[in-house]
Amino acid sequence: MIFDYYTMPLDNWIKLAVEWVVGNYRFIFQAIKWPIEKTLNGIEGFLHWLPPEVVILAFAIIAWRVAGRNIGIFALLALSFIGLIGIWEEAMTTLSMVLSSLIFCTVVGTPIGIYASQSDRFYTLIRPILDAMQSTPAFVYLVPVVMLFSIGSVAGVIATIIFSIPPIIRLTNLGIRQVHPELVEAAVAFGATKKQVLLRVQVPLAMPTILAGINQNIMLSLAMVVIASLIGAGGLGVLVFEGVNSLRVGLAGIGGLGIVLTAMVLDRITQSLGQPKRKK
Amino acid sequence: MSENNYPVVVENLYKIFGSNPERAFDLIDQGYGKEEIFEQTGLTVGVRDANFSVKEGEIFVVMGLSGSGKSTLVRMLNRLIEPTSGSVYVEGKDVATMEEDELIKIRRQKMSMVFQSFALMSHMTVLENAAFGLEISGYEQKEREERAMKSLEQVGLKANANSYPDELSGGMQQRVGLARGLAGDPSIMLMDEAFSALDPLIRTEMQDLLLSLQAESSRTVIFISHDLDEAMRIGDRIAMMEGGNIVQVGTPEEILKYPADDYVQAFFRGVDPTNVLRAGDIARDNQVTIIRHRGDELHPALERLQSYDRSYGYVLDKKRRFLGVVSVDSLLACIEKEKNENVNLELDEAFLDNVEAVTEENSLQDSLSFIADSPVPVPIVDNDNVYKGVISKNRFLRTMQREKQ
Repeated sequence: MIFDYYTMPLDNWIKLAVEWVVGNYRFIFQAIKWPIEKTLNGIEGFLHWLPPEVVILAFAIIAWRVAGRNIGIFALLALSFIGLIGIWEEAMTTLSMVLSSLIFCTVVGTPIGIYASQSDRFYTLIRPILDAMQSTPAFVYLVPVVMLFSIGSVAGVIATIIFSIPPIIRLTNLGIRQVHPELVEAAVAFGATKKQVLLRVQVPLAMPTILAGINQNIMLSLAMVVIASLIGAGGLGVLVFEGVNSLRVGLAGIGGLGIVLTAMVLDRITQSLGQPKRKK
Repeated sequence: MSENNYPVVVENLYKIFGSNPERAFDLIDQGYGKEEIFEQTGLTVGVRDANFSVKEGEIFVVMGLSGSGKSTLVRMLNRLIEPTSGSVYVEGKDVATMEEDELIKIRRQKMSMVFQSFALMSHMTVLENAAFGLEISGYEQKEREERAMKSLEQVGLKANANSYPDELSGGMQQRVGLARGLAGDPSIMLMDEAFSALDPLIRTEMQDLLLSLQAESSRTVIFISHDLDEAMRIGDRIAMMEGGNIVQVGTPEEILKYPADDYVQAFFRGVDPTNVLRAGDIARDNQVTIIRHRGDELHPALERLQSYDRSYGYVLDKKRRFLGVVSVDSLLACIEKEKNENVNLELDEAFLDNVEAVTEENSLQDSLSFIADSPVPVPIVDNDNVYKGVISKNRFLRTMQREKQ
């Protein structure tokens, strides 16, 4: 067979490339790691330091203010339940990972999305990258992530960011592009500069779509929780991972339930952020 | 040409869509039409050699069917679309070649725009929308809200200042669009099919609003329309566009009476001339008039009518102001009454009922019911009630017939 004689050792090349990057540019990745680590540790420390009743109450009040009474009550019950089944600490770890990922995805993803909306060429360039980030099985990039950032919760957050940042970029770009061209034209006709068009018209009108991206981001990062536990990240994923490994169905069950409840609470809150509220 | 009287002057303005538009110019010079140029080069001629000047304070309507280039033309005036060649002088400065910052200044201070689809910001209140141009220009919140409130008052929307656009009807939304255009107090307003999306009743209402705003403080308005009735109703002058060319510029009457070509003529075939012509345009001074003096006038009036063999006489005072209409019958009845009852009757006693004078400035449309209801040819007067002539039913119908042909 022809391929007995002609083969391309791509696997070897990838290995060499990653090793070369790790060997020569580790400082860059350490620099990337630093702010994520600080943020994660800060949030995690804070959430663990707060008494559970304060966290529960705070979430219930936020949910009530943002999404109405029913969601407020739901948040109260769901979080109390998480505490009752004895997985509070893990849930807080997971929550802090999700929030850290959210912060970095928003800070990095929104500007990229805005820039993509202004430049067709840039969007064409990043589209395949976004596709790859979303469709590459997470297990594939777990190894290089570990090599570059070592194991632990920070590496877990980084893997989560890679997986969950595309929707923010895509939906920011989409939201801005969907703003009716006549509105942009009107703004220009009244003498708006490019920056004014963007900040006063396009971004505010795209806000519901951008918030949908943030909602998607949270959902995807919760989906990464279990996978991240494979590289040493803590939290609810660990319960599931250990439960599967040792066939303890109860442990995996409460871990999974914790993830679902956290996801639902965060989803309901962020979803209603996207609905415009009006002062009457 | 003096820019003082002509705030907007357009010279040799072209817009050709597509890459390397120079290719189209040779063909244009050789006299090829829009379709042929598109077939040969793939370029679309949007506007071709437009030349016109807009007078200060007039409503200049650019009129044409869709695809005639009128929207492209108006967008070149504030350079939402880049002209391919030619000049647009706004108060003496060429918009087509000026730097971006100067262009922005002109857009902020001199020209505003009202859009067909209203183009209101759904995330802003009515007041914020009206203040949009001022906000962009950097006015302080207090001042811009005061000025926006004033312009909302002008369009009758003060009470809705804190609503959101989607809570308003179409007509009200376009009032917000109009208020936004007025708030910066620009000397020139571009209106791109501003009322076309509204239903006919509201459209008329908005046209009236525009006209009354013009009466208050006249701006130079360039109004794009595909509706000839609208153009005739509000336009001081009209530019007719076809296939990217301006085929005729003139007052509504000029265009109606002397259409430049078949295209313009075709436009008017379906048009109701009663909207264009005013009562004064077709009034004829062909009736017997009687100047009233105090004293016994019944007999001289009767004699005058009989000597001209007419049934009706139009009674005026010494300054030719219209007083009433008498007929041979009404005069005879009064004379009979004088004899029987042995009284002295004034000429007023013989006036016919149901005769009302129409002011010459009314359109024929508005005068129609008077003409139809009146038992005699309707007297036409000017604003001081001075008699100008009459319109008979016969005259009216013959005008209709001629104009429609």
